Amino acid sequence: MPVDETLSRFSDWSYNTATLIYVLAMVFFAVEQAFGRAGRLRTAAPRRELVGVSASGATDPATLTPASNAIGASDAPPLTPAARRTTSRAARFGRMGVALTVLGVLLHLAALVLRGLATSRVPWGNMYEYMMAVCLIAVITWLVVLRKYPSVRHLSVFVLLPVVILLFVGGTMLYATAAPVQPALQSYWLIIHVSAAIVSSGMFLVPGVASILYLIRDRHESNPSRFAKVAGHLPGRSVLDRVSYRTTVLAFPIYTFGVLCGAVWAEAAWGRFWGWDPKETVAFVAWVIYAAYLHARATAGWRGRPAAWINVTGFAMVVFNLFFINLVTAGLHSYAGVG
Amino acid sequence: MTEQEQQPYRATPARRALAFVRNTWRGLTSMRTALILLFLLALAAMPGAMLPQRSLNEPKVQQYIAEHGWWGELLDDLGFFAVYGSVWFSAIYLLLMISLVGCLVPRSGEYVRSMRARPVLTPRNLSRLPHHATGAVASDADDVLAAARSRLKGWRSSERDEGEGVRSISAEKGYLRETGNLLFHFAMLGLIVAFAIGKMFSYEGQVIVHADGSEFCNSGIYAYDSFNPGLRVDGTGLNPFCVRVNDFQPTYTDIGQPLQYRADLEYSSGAELASNTWRPYQLAVNEPLRTAGDRVYLLGHGFAPVFTVTFPNGEKRTQATQWRPADQTTLLSDGATKFDPPGITDSEKRRENQLAITGLFAPTPVFHGKILSSGGPRLTDPAVAVDVMKGDLGIDSGYGQSIFSIDQSQVEKGALERVARENLRVGESVTLDDGTEISFEGVQRWVSLQVSHDPTQLWVLGFAVAMLVGLALSLLVKRRRVWVRVVPDGEGRTVVEVGGLARTDQAGYGDEFDEIAADLLNQDTRSP
Ligand code: HEM
Repeated sequence: MPVDETLSRFSDWSYNTATLIYVLAMVFFAVEQAFGRAGRLRTAAPRRELVGVSASGATDPATLTPASNAIGASDAPPLTPAARRTTSRAARFGRMGVALTVLGVLLHLAALVLRGLATSRVPWGNMYEYMMAVCLIAVITWLVVLRKYPSVRHLSVFVLLPVVILLFVGGTMLYATAAPVQPALQSYWLIIHVSAAIVSSGMFLVPGVASILYLIRDRHESNPSRFAKVAGHLPGRSVLDRVSYRTTVLAFPIYTFGVLCGAVWAEAAWGRFWGWDPKETVAFVAWVIYAAYLHARATAGWRGRPAAWINVTGFAMVVFNLFFINLVTAGLHSYAGVG
Repeated sequence: MTEQEQQPYRATPARRALAFVRNTWRGLTSMRTALILLFLLALAAMPGAMLPQRSLNEPKVQQYIAEHGWWGELLDDLGFFAVYGSVWFSAIYLLLMISLVGCLVPRSGEYVRSMRARPVLTPRNLSRLPHHATGAVASDADDVLAAARSRLKGWRSSERDEGEGVRSISAEKGYLRETGNLLFHFAMLGLIVAFAIGKMFSYEGQVIVHADGSEFCNSGIYAYDSFNPGLRVDGTGLNPFCVRVNDFQPTYTDIGQPLQYRADLEYSSGAELASNTWRPYQLAVNEPLRTAGDRVYLLGHGFAPVFTVTFPNGEKRTQATQWRPADQTTLLSDGATKFDPPGITDSEKRRENQLAITGLFAPTPVFHGKILSSGGPRLTDPAVAVDVMKGDLGIDSGYGQSIFSIDQSQVEKGALERVARENLRVGESVTLDDGTEISFEGVQRWVSLQVSHDPTQLWVLGFAVAMLVGLALSLLVKRRRVWVRVVPDGEGRTVVEVGGLARTDQAGYGDEFDEIAADLLNQDTRSP
């Protein structure tokens, strides 16, 4: 399997361009985040959204009152015409941000596909490619969230920030030239196990960010002088909580599936399905933490802030598993490391 | 309170003990405790990822302890180098299991009751529900109810007459959520139990076999180079099978990156052994041989340089001892091939004349002056750089020694001396002062195999799949209710009220409810 240098070069080019476009999109979203309060009020208003929001919250009395349905807008004073003009301009920036993000995703996808074509294998055989794929899933997940909750569009800047950082780190420090994978990775389980890990890890980024924003907003609400600049522009806690929960609930079974496939592969490759290899261990820890998150959301006294902390910890474990275990400790998984 | 009233409540020791047990049980099986135990489990598992573990890498554990002094020893005493067998780790997961059982028993009872129960009564005021719609339709109550019944097919529903012509349907859907949740938790319980049983009855053994038609038989612990038995395995009664390794072929890219490892096997198991029936198998990474309830894996490979020693009396001895790869990418290997002098019966004398050929082997030699290194893993005109040692190897000392090296303490004692140092290519030889000739004849390949046995792994897989299914159901199915109340207005029209409630905080019920409500309220257009 010779490596096609030209395709590989095109892939690198797409990757870099996608990263730049995300940075540009961030600028647009930052403008909306900073100036566009009323834009959110309006998107929160349609009845459909109201129904959607209240439908879910039967167990949570707070969401039954219409006031809390006006997402993040309960604190917005009536607008002067001038303010309305600023916010509608801000909303335009937000929409352009989304358009740019979609363009970024297309280039990002192209970078991944070209890598695969260049090496004639699935494009997640080393850490650089793995991170590229995880970031792609994170952005796609966010775009899906935006379709369901248009009112959180201005938060895109907070989601794109870690994505851009990861892409930058991946493209500079972890970059690996396109090459075939070693015998141990030549298995169809590479396709199944790793893609499940990629999809779930990428999805987990979104609740991770939403939970951090929840904690910021929460701090601000209990003490308005804290995070006043940022938090005042964030949506209400219940929206952030719901974005986290819904995404986690989808990602968690996929993650479980990924761990399960990992065990099946380990049985075929290493002679045992579970051996407490560092990567397996941290995957287990992250799994238990996300399970604790789901339990916390069903336990009185643990909803809200504790649950958000747990979710953030879960994502921290996922990231820790990616970086620390691949780069610092030596385990059976280490060959997935830096090319 | 009077004396009399207090009497019956006096806490006898038995009662106090009972209360203690009950409170402990309640505490242990509460969600809070389960949550805390989950955190403890996550926390307790972490050191296993951060510190070297005995089961994975014993030398690294020793090194760590040596480097960290009292701290390393303390960690060792506390079980931090064997986390998953430690008392504290086991304690946490046992408590979690008790908590789980305590949680599951009452919930199972509740589950059975709720599966039998009729959907709850229609609330008096449907407009207070999060989803609500109302309207008047031009058909009579019977028709509306019939339409509602057929619209709510697949829902569990019950109909009630509320008097004065007012009737209602309450319907509920999404019972699979609770089913999935119980399935998940029971499967997890099963998985843990199956895992624990498997650990007791499993074994794992490693062995190096030369790829020249040599055989390995799973006949006992002695057949292995290393063997890790479970608690209930004593090495007798292993599943009988034999493996013969005929050849090993790696393929590489131009720059020496491995593409594929394949070992050419024949195997014979169980009754076939008696009839000497052998079947071929291509053993590769990711493709273990599964036979006789065991699995055979290709773990690694390496080289065994072949040396022939011609002793002064003309006798020849040839040996191919495996050397171990010191560098996994270039397969530069080191080792020690040891010879006993032939024809000497006096053990004292024999020990003065033992030989060891130690040094480096390079499949693709690169010389920097006289220093040998390897340019890649492929066999291209291989070479060795050897020290020939003569004297007492210390093999008879009673201590086992590594087959890959000589006993350095014999060298330090002066019992073992270097008598030659030479770089050799295949076919070349070196002659010692006493006339002994040592020639490098060629090279053989060896593979290291692992045999694994775990009688419960399919059970574990089954439970894991059940967990996954249960999890998906319990997280993705929505439990939701809908109520329909019809009130005839006495003029041939019927007021229809619809209310809905999602019992779990899942999105998306709004759309489904709106559709149901629209179907029921737009009777006019459909019924004449
Ligand atoms: C290794 C241990 C455990 C794991 C990984 C685990 C995992 C899970 C998961 C993923 C869910 C789904 C959450 C949801 O429906 O939102 C769940 C639900 C639940 N678990 Fe566990 N569980 C564990 C132990 C326990 C224990 C010990 C108890 C009882 C004390 C328990 C009680 C429950 C309950 C009551 C629910 C339903 C929560 C709800 O109403 O949504 N679990 N568990």
